[in-house]
Amino acid sequence: MSSIPISLLELEDDASSCLVADDYQKKEGKWCAGCGDFGALNAVKRLLAKEQLKPEKMAFVSGIGCSSRFPHYVNAYGFHGIHGRALPIATGVKLARPDLDVFVVMGDGDCTSIGAGHWIHATRYNTNMTVLLLDNNIYGLTKNQTSPTTPQGYTSNTSPKGSVLPALDPLQATLGVSNASFVAQTADWVPAHLYATLQAAFDHKGFSFVRILQRCPKFTPDVFTENVKNPDLTELLVHEEGVNAPGLDKLFKAMREHDPKNIDEARALAQRKDLLRLGIFFKDSNLPVYDEIRAVPPVSPEEKVQRLEKEFDRYAV
Amino acid sequence: MNKSTTIDAAVHAVREHTVEIITNSGEGAQKCAQIFGQTCAKMGNGVWTVEIIPAEIEPPHHTVTSTSGNIIRFGTEKITNWGDQSKLAIAFNDQVCLSRHRLNSFDDNCIILQESAWAESEDEVIRKMYAEAMEEMSSKNYRFIQVPIEEETLKVVDNPQHGKNMFALGLLAEIYNRDLAIIEKQIAHIFQKKSAKVTELNVQLVKNGMQWARDNLDFRFNVETIPAEEKRVVMNGNQAAALGAVAAGMEMCSMYPITPATSVSHELAAIIENYGGIVHQAEDEIAAAGVALGASYGGKVALTVTSGPGMALKTEFLGLAIMTEIPLVVLDVQRGGPSTGLPTKVEQSDLLSSIYGQHGDAPRVVIAPRSIEECFHSMVTARRIAETFRCVVIVLTDANLATGVQQFTRPEFDIRWQQEPVDFSPVPEGLRPYDWDPETGLSRRIIPGTPGGAHTVTGLAHDELSNVSYEPESNERGCKMRSRKLAVFQSTLMPPDVTGDQEGDLLVVGWGSTQGAIEEAVDRARKEGHKVSTCQLTFMSPLEPGLKEIFSRFKKVMTVEINYSDTVGDPYITEETRRYGQLAWLLRAHTLVDIDCWTSCPGQPLRPNDIYNSIIAKSEKGASK
Ligand SMILES: Cc1ncc(C[n+]2csc(CCOP(=O)(O)OP(=O)(O)O)c2C)c(N)n1
Ligand code: SF4
Ligand SMILES: [Mg+2]
Repeated sequence: MSSIPISLLELEDDASSCLVADDYQKKEGKWCAGCGDFGALNAVKRLLAKEQLKPEKMAFVSGIGCSSRFPHYVNAYGFHGIHGRALPIATGVKLARPDLDVFVVMGDGDCTSIGAGHWIHATRYNTNMTVLLLDNNIYGLTKNQTSPTTPQGYTSNTSPKGSVLPALDPLQATLGVSNASFVAQTADWVPAHLYATLQAAFDHKGFSFVRILQRCPKFTPDVFTENVKNPDLTELLVHEEGVNAPGLDKLFKAMREHDPKNIDEARALAQRKDLLRLGIFFKDSNLPVYDEIRAVPPVSPEEKVQRLEKEFDRYAV
Repeated sequence: MNKSTTIDAAVHAVREHTVEIITNSGEGAQKCAQIFGQTCAKMGNGVWTVEIIPAEIEPPHHTVTSTSGNIIRFGTEKITNWGDQSKLAIAFNDQVCLSRHRLNSFDDNCIILQESAWAESEDEVIRKMYAEAMEEMSSKNYRFIQVPIEEETLKVVDNPQHGKNMFALGLLAEIYNRDLAIIEKQIAHIFQKKSAKVTELNVQLVKNGMQWARDNLDFRFNVETIPAEEKRVVMNGNQAAALGAVAAGMEMCSMYPITPATSVSHELAAIIENYGGIVHQAEDEIAAAGVALGASYGGKVALTVTSGPGMALKTEFLGLAIMTEIPLVVLDVQRGGPSTGLPTKVEQSDLLSSIYGQHGDAPRVVIAPRSIEECFHSMVTARRIAETFRCVVIVLTDANLATGVQQFTRPEFDIRWQQEPVDFSPVPEGLRPYDWDPETGLSRRIIPGTPGGAHTVTGLAHDELSNVSYEPESNERGCKMRSRKLAVFQSTLMPPDVTGDQEGDLLVVGWGSTQGAIEEAVDRARKEGHKVSTCQLTFMSPLEPGLKEIFSRFKKVMTVEINYSDTVGDPYITEETRRYGQLAWLLRAHTLVDIDCWTSCPGQPLRPNDIYNSIIAKSEKGASK
């Protein structure tokens, strides 16, 4: 994703124009106490400050859900759309305005259920945008219904005897789509990893898909507990091309060298459920990017009118 | 080749004629009709052509379902619709001919030039089918003329499939005394990408057809031509809408293929990139609406194109566009419904769903072009309205306009149509994202990239700051402001024209594409002394002003629509249970006038004669009351 470069010199010249993370907070987030969405918001604010993005040069697009309230809390242009349809809107925004940095925030119901068709195709379009899937394994806003990512056997208001099917794995699904160019997983309870992953996603040119495991103390308080308590159940994917945040090696014992260019290994790792894996599963910067392929040079109104006259000559009687 | 001497032919002078070319699909009827229609137009006739399209891509040949072809109606004056039954037909086999007979497409005295090969076919089954078809068609007074189309074509080319159409064109050229030089030019143009030999052979076939007609046909028709003084173009409604979109400065057409709308995007896909825009083929109609909406939010002029089933899918997004006040133009080329319905055929049944199809109160503008020319101009109008009023504008055309071909005055382009829609000047301190003018509901559109304007639009109820708000007054205010814009827009409209006397016994009200057929029928009834007038609506939401007053000047008001309505007297159907045509429902609710309707939904454009009969029936009923 193209960022607006601001040299250090410029920053020193005009220190007052330097924005800090809190400058990117528009309103106080209204999520429940302890909600993992706060962590995601904090990481995003840090990223925006680090990149010194101008509020008017960003668009945050979301669907409907607890997580989709996100744009209201960011000091940027935002489009809080309809359930499941954030990706088509974001695609339209980016096609119209390649100069904007586009971010998409979706919930697991939003992205992997009602919006699943768009998700597959947006992955294939590989339009340049940073995509956050806030996956709490449940429908939060509508109060506790089973989502495609709910673990098998987990009870909810719509599955009082427990979810009957194996959970859908968003990483495997995304990695299976042709032209997928960036697939990563991180967790709200590892802020350093979350931030570094978002940074890598932002730096990648293309559809950068980040699944963020997000705690919902309200409805799925226990789905991630084991992992939160015991870091040994987590394996970090590391590589010079991957996510590298300071201090993580002290927290996590299990580390695996994984070259994000290796799609076969990425798929195999996504499929294995022995440990929770965080990091960049796959990254390829050489794939076609939709907004670049479809870019056409602007034409002046005068020129358009001249061309139209020629067009009409074809139909002249 | 010239086996006999030219025979004497009687020349019949007529004001207009309707011709059909009917073939198996893939036998080139379209090319033949296209050249013939163009030639008529260039010579100064009014022309309307319609395609006859089979439901399948390549149905089995020589069957009643394989019929593909064209109807060409042309006349000395302007032609505004496909008219009544055909007076002359060229049929490549008895089965396609039979299918048209069954649809009642031929005039009782139709002259039918039919391929002669089938009567004496070696195949017994074909001979039998032929005999049965001829028997069935003998109920009418058709004049069959057997023409060795295939045999004659084989004298010039090896594969008659690629050539019979041009021989047929030659027959027509001679019968109607068309200018061969114009035909030759058309052929050269159509085959410009092929070798010169192809053009040469095709021209030879036309000449042979003309010669055969001179040698064998004892009749000619003379449709007087009056060369046009103004510059004209000829095209179908989808081409006109596509060019209208480009002329309106639209730079994003987001769509998903659906008949009969798809050819709009074909046309656009071929040219729009020369105008700085793109066609985005989305994964479905929902996404198509979303991409268009996102692009419009980003400041591009955006369009989404679809037909009924696609409209149903876009429903939720249109509500979002209305709620967030993001301009969006939707072109709905209507087809028969509900469900998959009649994919290739005409109906006007998206009227009410276009106006009322969203949950919640969702005011939007709906306009309906009445002619192919208006298909072009309505795109320009739609953009203007959408941006001025920050609203959704639905343009309702239909399969009749989409595939009908007609000539019209060449438009003069206005450079202002191409203007950038966006104003990036910094947002003044204090200006809110929905700073509704309390009188008009209008507010400045703030586009991403505009300094000082960062805010989040939402489909949730919101206040002027675009903050989510569930306050009772806030929701009422939002509803009021979005609705007010429609009233303001309506205040800029004029009452519709009444064609005919301004008062009388019966007013026939139509909308959109039926204008030509209705006016022709009413004109005929008036010439016979009936006190009937007509009024064709083009703004459907909001409706044009003054309707109630206009209706009050007539004893009876009746809508004519390509829609379903119940008939009183059918089982269970009474004045109370009767469901009216969609336009009648709308106008009854709007004016409280007891409006009747005459509707028909055969999947075909209305015929002036059928409308005429309904007018006479209504007038007589009125008189006896
Ligand atoms: C078309 C439509 N269907 C259903 C809903 C109701 N709905 C709102 S949010 C939601 C699911 C939210 O779950 P998720 O996407 O996982 O987001 P979360 O609240 O967990 O962040 C549903 C079903 C809706 N708003 N629109
Ligand atoms: S319900 Fe769950 S996801 Fe929603 S705000 Fe509360 S904690 Fe967060
Ligand atoms: Mg969820």
